[in-house]
Amino acid sequence: MAEVQVRAITKYFGEVKVLDDVSLATRQHEFLVLLGPSGCGKTTLLRIIAGLERPSRGEVSIGGRDVTGLPPRARNVAMVFQSYALYPHMSVAENISFPLRTQHMNRDAIREKVAWASGLFGIDRLLKRKPRELSGGERQRVALARAMVRMPNLFLLDEPLSNLDAKLRASAREELQTFQKRIGITTIYVTHDQVEAMGLGNRIVVMDKGRVRQIGTPLQVYWEPADTFVATFVGSPPMNLVEQGGVLVGFRPEDFLPLEGREEEDVERFQFEVTWVENLGAERLVYGKTAFQSKNGRVVSKLAPNIRVALEAGKTYTFAVPRLGIKLFDRDTGTRLRGVPIGRG
Amino acid sequence: MERVERTPAFSLGYVWERERFLAAVMIAPAALYTIALVGFPFVLAILYSLSDATTGDPTVRFVGLRTYGFLLQDPVFLKALQNTFVFTFASQILVLVLAKILALVLMEDFPGRRLVRFLILLPWTAPISLSVIGWLWIFDSVFSPLDWLARSLGLLGRPEALLGPEQNLYWLGRPFLAMASVVLVQTWRILPLATVILLAGLTAIPRDILDAAQVDGAGFWRRLFQVIMPLLLPVMSIAFLFGFVFTFTDMTVVYVLTRGGPINSTQVLASWAFFKGIEAGDLAQGAAIAFFLFPALAGLSALVLLLARRAEVS
Amino acid sequence: MERLPSLGKKGTIYAAALFFTCFSAFPFFWMLITAFKRDHDLFNPENNPFLFNEPATLEHLRLLFEQTLFMKYVVNTLVVGGAVVLITLVIAIPAAYSLARLAGRWGESLGIGIFLTYLVPPTLLFIPLSRIISMFNLGESLWSLILVYPTFTIPFCTWLLMGFFKSIPRDLEEQALIDGCTRIGAMVKVVLPLSTSGLLTVVVFAFTLSMQEFIYALAFISVSAHKTVSIGVPTELVRGDVFRWGPLMAAALISSVPVAVVYSLFLDRFIAGLTMGAIK
Repeated sequence: MAEVQVRAITKYFGEVKVLDDVSLATRQHEFLVLLGPSGCGKTTLLRIIAGLERPSRGEVSIGGRDVTGLPPRARNVAMVFQSYALYPHMSVAENISFPLRTQHMNRDAIREKVAWASGLFGIDRLLKRKPRELSGGERQRVALARAMVRMPNLFLLDEPLSNLDAKLRASAREELQTFQKRIGITTIYVTHDQVEAMGLGNRIVVMDKGRVRQIGTPLQVYWEPADTFVATFVGSPPMNLVEQGGVLVGFRPEDFLPLEGREEEDVERFQFEVTWVENLGAERLVYGKTAFQSKNGRVVSKLAPNIRVALEAGKTYTFAVPRLGIKLFDRDTGTRLRGVPIGRG
Repeated sequence: MERVERTPAFSLGYVWERERFLAAVMIAPAALYTIALVGFPFVLAILYSLSDATTGDPTVRFVGLRTYGFLLQDPVFLKALQNTFVFTFASQILVLVLAKILALVLMEDFPGRRLVRFLILLPWTAPISLSVIGWLWIFDSVFSPLDWLARSLGLLGRPEALLGPEQNLYWLGRPFLAMASVVLVQTWRILPLATVILLAGLTAIPRDILDAAQVDGAGFWRRLFQVIMPLLLPVMSIAFLFGFVFTFTDMTVVYVLTRGGPINSTQVLASWAFFKGIEAGDLAQGAAIAFFLFPALAGLSALVLLLARRAEVS
Repeated sequence: MERLPSLGKKGTIYAAALFFTCFSAFPFFWMLITAFKRDHDLFNPENNPFLFNEPATLEHLRLLFEQTLFMKYVVNTLVVGGAVVLITLVIAIPAAYSLARLAGRWGESLGIGIFLTYLVPPTLLFIPLSRIISMFNLGESLWSLILVYPTFTIPFCTWLLMGFFKSIPRDLEEQALIDGCTRIGAMVKVVLPLSTSGLLTVVVFAFTLSMQEFIYALAFISVSAHKTVSIGVPTELVRGDVFRWGPLMAAALISSVPVAVVYSLFLDRFIAGLTMGAIK
């Protein structure tokens, strides 16, 4: 399985700069997620790696080979689009065998591989059907089978789960992950859903406005964000940011808990005036204000059910954040202070 | 700001993947065909009109605007010019009015609508030269069924008859009637095309607008003139322009029905260009006559583009 | 949908429909009757022309097929039509694909430009073209028509196909590229099979357009045996000054109706393609 290296990729669409000096490298067998809001350039980057777009500047190499000047068919990558792009005029078997037929493989070899790929995803009984006769989940599996059938170097996915309904999405996610671990194929996955990213990725590349903000494991990205964008994009509810002493002080809602019983710990104390409590069963979300100005106007606390402190709207309580939970950011640029590296590119 | 760099193409071994190269190669045959058999003849026509070429002596010797000057003094040419405008405007106005009514009728659902649609399309879908032959027979000087009908109804053939005492009307033999006949046939032929275009435009009107008008209490006629017509204006203009172009430049109806007669009373620019340029072999005159078609066409193409763009905006 | 005044609404619509149907179809009805009426019946001004006053006859048809060149005209027309369709497809398909997918911004303007050449009238071009034809010694032959007809079928069909190609999702072609196709391969293996409706429409229209063409044929061909139906019927079925109306009408009818039927069937698709081409 190949390593992908992307060096100093810049891409313009007309006058608009869509990617700005992006560099990253995957590791073998890695499941890398490109995460960011729409318009951040993640899909464009994926397409450049696939060969569907050419970068305005920069290089792409796959498995040590410079592929920047090569069309998609020369790169031995597989890609699954959001729509799955199943050929409507072909049966499932013909869809799956298509990448092999373009290589003029002989018919017996093709039949073998199609049987293997369709078995892998449990769709062997669907081989004669046409795409329009399949459910969303079945279509996804056909797309995956087609992608895998020629054992590509690299597996690219562009938000493949967003067309499935929510219930299906979770099980599809699990299937995808199991499959990737089993085969071990290097995978790059694009999504705007940070829950999906956190669940799937070995490492996450957080992008915004054409730039890479941070590369790290889910835990790194969550607990040690490189800037305020990452801090507020990842995590729901997002990290609290209050302005204090000329810097932005950040802390996760799960770290923002009542002081009761923790008076001797090394904590930062806040006076917290509660404005609204949401009891969601699995957790309690408490919205309110502190003495300091908050980045988005309010501060949130997320309480697990075992914290039984009673909280009422209108009252003020003393809340605290463990010292290690405090992250400091530059007030103007949003960059994390105390030198957290953006990521091992 | 940084200079925007051109996206580098695929490397040389994959030249067939380079989009710009491929685009040019794939469109080249069509472009070349058009240039060779439309562009080049167009230029040649200009040259002929400025020369004194004939099929006997086809060399292009430049004589300036002499041919054009001659035409502008030739009574037959001037008649043809006048006839062309009369022919075109009369038929197209008729077409528009009738097509509007017909389109409204076809919007309704009634039994036999499919058959009606097929029959109404016949004048356009059947090869024009053949259907005009049918009209030739209908307008026959002796055996016209229209005359027979008029005679049976007492409108013809008797001294006090409304349409005259003769047995026949000589549809194609009298200058005024001949022009009327030719206009009628051209209207008959273009009507389906205009109807189809208008129908497409009518069905594209969003229902909410019509419903809102009805809720606002607008009666049928008010709805028609104040709501529908303004919305249909771009489509109507396109229908009018297509019909105009096809009529202004066409000679088929005139050629088959009257050959331009009697005494050039139905001669149009296109047919006159044919008689002079092809049958008589006077290339210069033929080309010059045909060129009088061009200003109207060029202006109309510009209008088509303008209106097409406006139609898209809505 | 439009609502006519409810008073006698159905009646008004039926009346209008009847009027227009009669107006449009009458000449064909007339052709039909004339084709089967005996000469004796036809050329008697006293007889009610709308009725068969004597029994119907097939003599006109027999004359048409046995004593005139009508069948030759039909064959010529089919040959020209077939050849023109072939040429049109070979040239218009790549052109349309290029404009729909590859040409980007200037593709739009080029597309409109190509469509505009359709509006350049034959009556402007036939004089220089007739010279060009005779220069290449193609005068009086079907090849002159086969060469010239694509000048109007290509623009029209390219425009039509552009619309059809654009309606195919880009995803599918990109998937094909990833799966190992070249650009042209993607066009052949994915886009064309999904455009069969559009291709069929283009074939039908190229064929009917060339079948109906009159002006170029009239200008280039005067030898009887080489004429197409479109010019042969109006010019040749005349003996001296006498029009053989019976066979003439039969010929006109036989040639018009099949074309009209096929054209009507495809009109909906044609409009769909036209409007798709107009909508970006």
